[in-house]
Amino acid sequence: MTRILLSSVAAATLLASAHGAVAQTEIQWWHAMGGNLGETVNQLADGFNKSQTEYKVTPVYKGSYTETLTAAIAAFRAKQAPHIVQVFEVGTANMMAAKGAVYPVYEVMADAKEPFDPKAFIGPVYGYYSTTDGKLLSMPFNSSTPVLYRNKELMEKAGLDPNKPPTTWPELGEMAKKAVAAGAKCGFTPQWQTWTMIENYGAWHNLPYATKANGFGGTDIELKFNDPARVKFIQMLADWSKDKTFVYGGREGKSTALFNAGDCVFHIASSASAAGIEKALGQDKVGISMMPYSPDVIAKPQNSIIGGATLWTLKGKPAGDYKGVAKFLSYLSSTPVQAKWHQETGYVPVTLAAADVTKKAGFYQKHPGRDIAVEELTLNPPTENSKGLRIGNFVQIRDIVDGELEAVWSGKKDAKTALDDAVKAGNEQLKRFEAANK
Amino acid sequence: MEKRVTFNERWLPYLLVAPQIVITLVFFFWPSGQAIWQSLLIEDAFGGNSKFVWFDNFINLFNDDSYYSSARVTVVFSFLVAAIGLGLSLFLAVMADRVIRGATAYKTFLIWPYAVAPAVAGVLWGFLFNPSVGIVAWMLQAIGIEFNYVINGNQALLLVVIASVWNQISYNFLFFLAGLQSIPKSLIEAAAIDGAGPGRRFWDIIFPLLSPVGFFLLVVNIIYAFFGTFGVVASLTQGGPANATEILVFKVYNDGFRGQDLGGSSAQSVILMIVVILLTFVQFRFIERRVHY
Repeated sequence: MTRILLSSVAAATLLASAHGAVAQTEIQWWHAMGGNLGETVNQLADGFNKSQTEYKVTPVYKGSYTETLTAAIAAFRAKQAPHIVQVFEVGTANMMAAKGAVYPVYEVMADAKEPFDPKAFIGPVYGYYSTTDGKLLSMPFNSSTPVLYRNKELMEKAGLDPNKPPTTWPELGEMAKKAVAAGAKCGFTPQWQTWTMIENYGAWHNLPYATKANGFGGTDIELKFNDPARVKFIQMLADWSKDKTFVYGGREGKSTALFNAGDCVFHIASSASAAGIEKALGQDKVGISMMPYSPDVIAKPQNSIIGGATLWTLKGKPAGDYKGVAKFLSYLSSTPVQAKWHQETGYVPVTLAAADVTKKAGFYQKHPGRDIAVEELTLNPPTENSKGLRIGNFVQIRDIVDGELEAVWSGKKDAKTALDDAVKAGNEQLKRFEAANK
Repeated sequence: MEKRVTFNERWLPYLLVAPQIVITLVFFFWPSGQAIWQSLLIEDAFGGNSKFVWFDNFINLFNDDSYYSSARVTVVFSFLVAAIGLGLSLFLAVMADRVIRGATAYKTFLIWPYAVAPAVAGVLWGFLFNPSVGIVAWMLQAIGIEFNYVINGNQALLLVVIASVWNQISYNFLFFLAGLQSIPKSLIEAAAIDGAGPGRRFWDIIFPLLSPVGFFLLVVNIIYAFFGTFGVVASLTQGGPANATEILVFKVYNDGFRGQDLGGSSAQSVILMIVVILLTFVQFRFIERRVHY
């Protein structure tokens, strides 16, 4: 079955690439940005195409992240790969391991003699996608980080000051309990629980997710997220779920429906969800602030890590094409483009300059809270534990963690057993990954 | 005596079956062959770093608890989908067969769900039972039943079964109805004259005469439960919560396409293929004997 799909995808690719431009060199860019985001992507490509005449970037929407990656893999195997493909952050280790398939960005830039300054990038954005010695592998494109959203209306109803967000977990718990007592259907619900409650909780509290600097130092690693701090934290959430102080709303982004419906007081979600949330609840009813931290674990939060996707360059095209790729990647990370992208989509800009321009344009005054994401990412210089994650078979490991957390929320397991089991099953995946990539 | 038309050309029969053979070769044997080959390899997704590992992928699966739990879920799920689906549609067909006025309208309504794609069926049912905005969940809550398929595994499985059965009921219904209508009225009338009540007439006459249709539907429904329900699971639960609805075919997809573990995923498809071949074989070999044609 796998093969039928793969080969039909490849066939479709052949058809798609058959009608290219003749005079200009065409650069194929496969992405996973649908709807409004897709429109913005097309505008970015248009902007580049108008800025010069030698190259023409053709963005092609390929469906979800998974579908896009699968299509690119099938196309690569059929020797019909696009130049650039957008891959989600959890695919990073697998992409890195695909030697012979990927053309690291730092090499693309160097070979094309395209000027490139790593220092311009925001630390954790750059770090997530670079080697231990600071060489960039893929171009950060859409990055976000979890922030805390609050429903001001529900806070007022509970007699809380809507302009004073909780800064620690005990505070959040207290406020959520008060709101539930005042009639709110749900106190707090997180989005992408594996990313927000386990991975980012770790970075925020400077705790390791895995050995060898979260996998940056090699593939022979073990998971570490079953530490006492996180066991205690997850158990606390499980206890909260008894009186709806905590409500589990489903995997990935599903819980946002609860917050958007006005059920929940607090919601930890991707900074890129801001536009959608403000649209659903009304901008004046939503407050955005930094994620809370546990004061018994750390005195001051460290910094958050990103999620989202990057652009990988694939090998197998004529050498001349990659000059165009390098030019396009430079264009994408240029300040005006990044500022536009940040303001229109809610993703964080990949460079500090773009954040400054946005600030000077008064964007954050009109949209309070949209600067929180950058603030969280740049709170402190990233440590080994908060640079990012480089975990093989990460998609499966996240599924495992999702499953175990669900076992906690439904009361089947206590937090310690569930996290221990998740680490054990996850380590099996890591062993498998290491064996496949020796 | 029967009258037979015969063709003497030697090649004609081969020519006539050739299109079917070609389709089977291209769409079944070739991809299955690829799957079997792939199941013996470990490689990164882009096809570099390929290693031939004999049966390592299978050994990994048999040492993997999550594979067994997925297999258990599949058995329970398939049994429920086939049993409830067949039982309910037989009941509906028997009832519809008796209706005299407005029969066409009933039949049309019963056939409608088949026009809905499984993925859409999943979305529809998911919406009805959505814990925060679903109308059915809301009504259940009003009578004191906490229905939250996002957290509760059994409820999620139940919901996936309901959506799958609902989607398949029309198909079963059509076949059962056709089967019922082909039963000679004279047999039923004769039994009625002999004093057999409706229940007796059903179990002793209608049911045995319906068994070829029922058998055919059993095979189709089990295959449906194994493969066709993918869309329902994918759109409704993605295998969750805590893998309570992760049927084997979904795991194949999840590991292969989301996880890019092509070797492990192919090994799972090979096992799935063997299981279905065996099941169909068993059904034809043993159950068919009891079927009256």
